[in-house]
Amino acid sequence: MRRRLLILTIVLLALLPWWVGGVYYTNLASQMLIAALFAVSLNLLVGYAGLTSLGHAGYLGISAYISAWLMTHLGWGHLASAGVALAGAAVMAGLFGVIALRASGISFLMITLALGQIVWGIAYRWADVTGGDNGISGLTRPQPLGFDLGNERSFYWFTLLVFLSVWTLVAIWMRSPFGASIRGTRDQPRRMSALGYNVWMIRWLTFTVSGTLGGVAGLMYVYYQQFISPHSLSLANSAEMLLMVIAGGAGTLTGPVVGAVLVVLLKNVASAYIDRWVMLLGFVFILIVVFVPDGLVVGLTRLMQRFGARRDVGERSVNAVRPVVSKKGGL
Amino acid sequence: MSFWFIQSLNSLAFGGVLFTLAAGFSLIFGLMRIANLSHGAYFMFGAYLGLSMVDHGYGFGSAVLVAAVGVGLLGGVVERVILRRLSGNTLSQVLATLGVAFVIADGSLWIWGGDPRSVPAPAWLSGGVQFFGLTFPLYRLAVVGFSCVLALTLWLLLERTRLGVMIRASVDDRQMAQGVGVPASTLFTLVFCLGTALAGMGGVLAAPILSVYPGLDADMLPLALLVVILGGLGSLMGAFVGSFIIGFVYSFGQVLFPNLAYIILFLPMVIVLALRPRGLFGRITA
Repeated sequence: MRRRLLILTIVLLALLPWWVGGVYYTNLASQMLIAALFAVSLNLLVGYAGLTSLGHAGYLGISAYISAWLMTHLGWGHLASAGVALAGAAVMAGLFGVIALRASGISFLMITLALGQIVWGIAYRWADVTGGDNGISGLTRPQPLGFDLGNERSFYWFTLLVFLSVWTLVAIWMRSPFGASIRGTRDQPRRMSALGYNVWMIRWLTFTVSGTLGGVAGLMYVYYQQFISPHSLSLANSAEMLLMVIAGGAGTLTGPVVGAVLVVLLKNVASAYIDRWVMLLGFVFILIVVFVPDGLVVGLTRLMQRFGARRDVGERSVNAVRPVVSKKGGL
Repeated sequence: MSFWFIQSLNSLAFGGVLFTLAAGFSLIFGLMRIANLSHGAYFMFGAYLGLSMVDHGYGFGSAVLVAAVGVGLLGGVVERVILRRLSGNTLSQVLATLGVAFVIADGSLWIWGGDPRSVPAPAWLSGGVQFFGLTFPLYRLAVVGFSCVLALTLWLLLERTRLGVMIRASVDDRQMAQGVGVPASTLFTLVFCLGTALAGMGGVLAAPILSVYPGLDADMLPLALLVVILGGLGSLMGAFVGSFIIGFVYSFGQVLFPNLAYIILFLPMVIVLALRPRGLFGRITA
């Protein structure tokens, strides 16, 4: 049943350019998928490892800037610059992980915030390399195997392919014994340590993978926008990503995806009427934190549980929450 | 030679401004275990309030006072209305303060517009003083002096008054303090008001040096975080020493390596985290 819903969702998503009607909506769907990529990568850290990070836009920044710089200044090809960009994101994540994991809890959050702002500051102030406030523009989209991604449909399918690959990898990883040990370090770090697990190493690996996948999302972001500036690295952007994870439901496979879809929708709908997105973001943040702290997916699951729909749902486990969201995704 | 003297004074003045910001942050963290991510926004809001006062012809002193009281009251309302609902869940509280930060920052942009504004230093402090044939701007000297007086006042408040005893007791062991009758609820609101009032005041004091612009909050918040990570959370001494270290690193970094000032900022934090994760003077870990 679950598998069928999943397949139905994927088929609907693949056929989306035909039934959604219009270039605008196809592009909106691409934006949602890219946002979902960020949310899924951040969720590894926030949801599964229990380490709330407020510097995730930094990984967007490093990979987007590296690939943009290599292509515009050195004239490198897409494949090579994407490879170096991802390596850069991985190295930065590894390094930041070593620093930030000296702490946990609120201190971890503060350190990741400071690190993220430092990356932002570099992008903003090191104008010789990054173009300062103007950023780097005039970028092109890649042409993998001769497909032109300049067209909104092919770009959507490419994004969908990348998203599904990353999502599946994360799903497999989180169901593996290693995924269980990550959740273990979230819930019972001391016991995990006593059982002989290297808690620090597990967290560091998760941190590095999360940052690297953030770099993947950053590449997709810069391919979509064909432009990168320090504004994309701002604290508000990191907070937006965190909001997607928390609003949807941290520590679930589909929650961050739902959160990303909702936040992108809200942002697009709201910007048609008002230009105070940051203020709205702030209010939504407060409302979600105060009223739906576990996220909409977990909240909905709990609601269903109250009506006796299923007995085993409501926990923060992967299997328990999936069916509800598969339905949601198919809507 | 004069370069080093003038830059040192600039660093001290910037450190003094940072201290008004970081002291409140550190106090709030020590007592409530909350990283108040709206602290930078209170700082900027205070600066804008001061700007409006000066624009309307009031003196600099009353601008400082109004900004401190206004921002402190706002902080009190936020603590009572939002943070109080989430008591016991520090992560949610921290995220809520982040939401508040966005609302205040975007609201300020709405009210005061996007252009950078400068606030003149008060007339009686606008000159310079001659020392060893060098001219030092008087206002920056005054900010350094003020921050030292503030540090002393806060130290006396914490060490020599009944309120200070209650705050210190709650920082060290909150449950025990509540057990012996410390009114934690009132104390939380009071300290949150005090901390945010300090931030608002710091904003006005900084305005003649840094000017006021949208994004000032995002510039200052990470510096405050660096100060308390460096100095140790919840420690007044740590905030004081950390502020001046970051003040020096930031000011000299900006002049000597303008492109890389942000990378250099990060060095003291890395060193301290590597050698002493709880910070130079920290007693508590989060």
